[in-house]
Amino acid sequence: MPSLRDIRRKIRTVNNIKQITQAMKMVAAARLKKVQDRVTAGKPYAEKLQELMGYLAPHVTQIQHPLLEVRPIQATGVVVIAGDKGLCGSYNNNIIRRAQQFLNGLTVSEKLLITIGRKSTEFFRKRGYRVHASFPQIGVDAPYAEIKRIADAITGLYLSQTVDEVYIAYTEFVSSLQQRPQVIKFLPIEPPQTETTAGRGTPEGALEYIFEPPAPELLATLLPRYVEQRIYHLLLESVASEFGARMTAMTNATDNAGELIKELTLAANKARQASITKELLEVVSGAEALKG
Amino acid sequence: MPEKSFHLDIVTPERLLFSGEVTSVVAPGVKGYFGVMANHQPMIAALSPGVLRVEGAGGGQTVMAVSGGFFEVSDNRAIVLADTAELAQEIDVPRARAAWQRAKDRLMGRLKTDEKLDVDRARAALLRAAARLKAAGQIKDA
Repeated sequence: MPSLRDIRRKIRTVNNIKQITQAMKMVAAARLKKVQDRVTAGKPYAEKLQELMGYLAPHVTQIQHPLLEVRPIQATGVVVIAGDKGLCGSYNNNIIRRAQQFLNGLTVSEKLLITIGRKSTEFFRKRGYRVHASFPQIGVDAPYAEIKRIADAITGLYLSQTVDEVYIAYTEFVSSLQQRPQVIKFLPIEPPQTETTAGRGTPEGALEYIFEPPAPELLATLLPRYVEQRIYHLLLESVASEFGARMTAMTNATDNAGELIKELTLAANKARQASITKELLEVVSGAEALKG
Repeated sequence: MPEKSFHLDIVTPERLLFSGEVTSVVAPGVKGYFGVMANHQPMIAALSPGVLRVEGAGGGQTVMAVSGGFFEVSDNRAIVLADTAELAQEIDVPRARAAWQRAKDRLMGRLKTDEKLDVDRARAALLRAAARLKAAGQIKDA
């Protein structure tokens, strides 16, 4: 049986851990809020961009743009978005496993990876996958320019015809308690939906727009921005998921530590009682012996 | 009678920079600056790096530097989708000046030998820096 001192020391240790996990939980919660604010701040831009695509699509009959070009698939690029740090439950594991599963399922011989976040970089490097480029995880306050660099690397891979399609593995943020690893097809872009232009002739929606420059050119400048914006969004969503996962993991760790402290305190009290009883017994039996 | 106003939003991927009633906007289109007032015909335009001037409905002018993007107006609602946008007073002038100088040096030194991409990039950087300086009132013409 461990001595009273050992147990007390253990309680102190667990208490320290509890304080750390509690602090990490708070930090994760604050960061999550920040990321969510950023997603909200970016929403008007994203929505408007989508809207503009919608306006333009009907005016462009034959869309030809390198980002839309469908080629026979000889090489596939996969972007894996994970985190830099651990201690966030199974966030990194889940997305990496999902990505690996997807990679193994691909039939093409050429598979190129772009990894974002140290965890995914290390994982795929160690296992001999071809990692074309890797980036550190983006922070909560990462400027748009930094994200643009990542976007350029991804589109560059496709535009240079190194790969013929690009998938992105990211973690969808469902709620702070639930995150879902996903793989989506990213490039080539599905041509913007012309939402049944044939159906409606020129009623309410069809305003006569002036285009400057003409619609096809306009669309050509719009598409790269659309791609950037999507990547920006996926990155932020993954970051939000990570903080959500970390928050949950740290809440659990804090609860467990509390539980452990309770048990240890009980053990400590028992040990203390036992030692008092023992001392009493010694005193009493000593006195008895003297009387004798 | 006060001048007619219309609603304008200026958004970037990161934030909503401006939202309010305005009487006129002057924006840097790809083929030169254009002005928009109330009741303008629906229009979508691409923007190049330059200075965006907004006349507020209550008087008062807002000046900002944009580095390209889009402009849309319909039904007296206008929106600027800027890649980046900074209010004139937010602009870091020494930094913009340094960027301008750097881009200029690159253009001067490398124009003949290097591949096209670099030149394009340097030119774009020069335009952006010039737009910033211009918005901050540091130079008259870019």
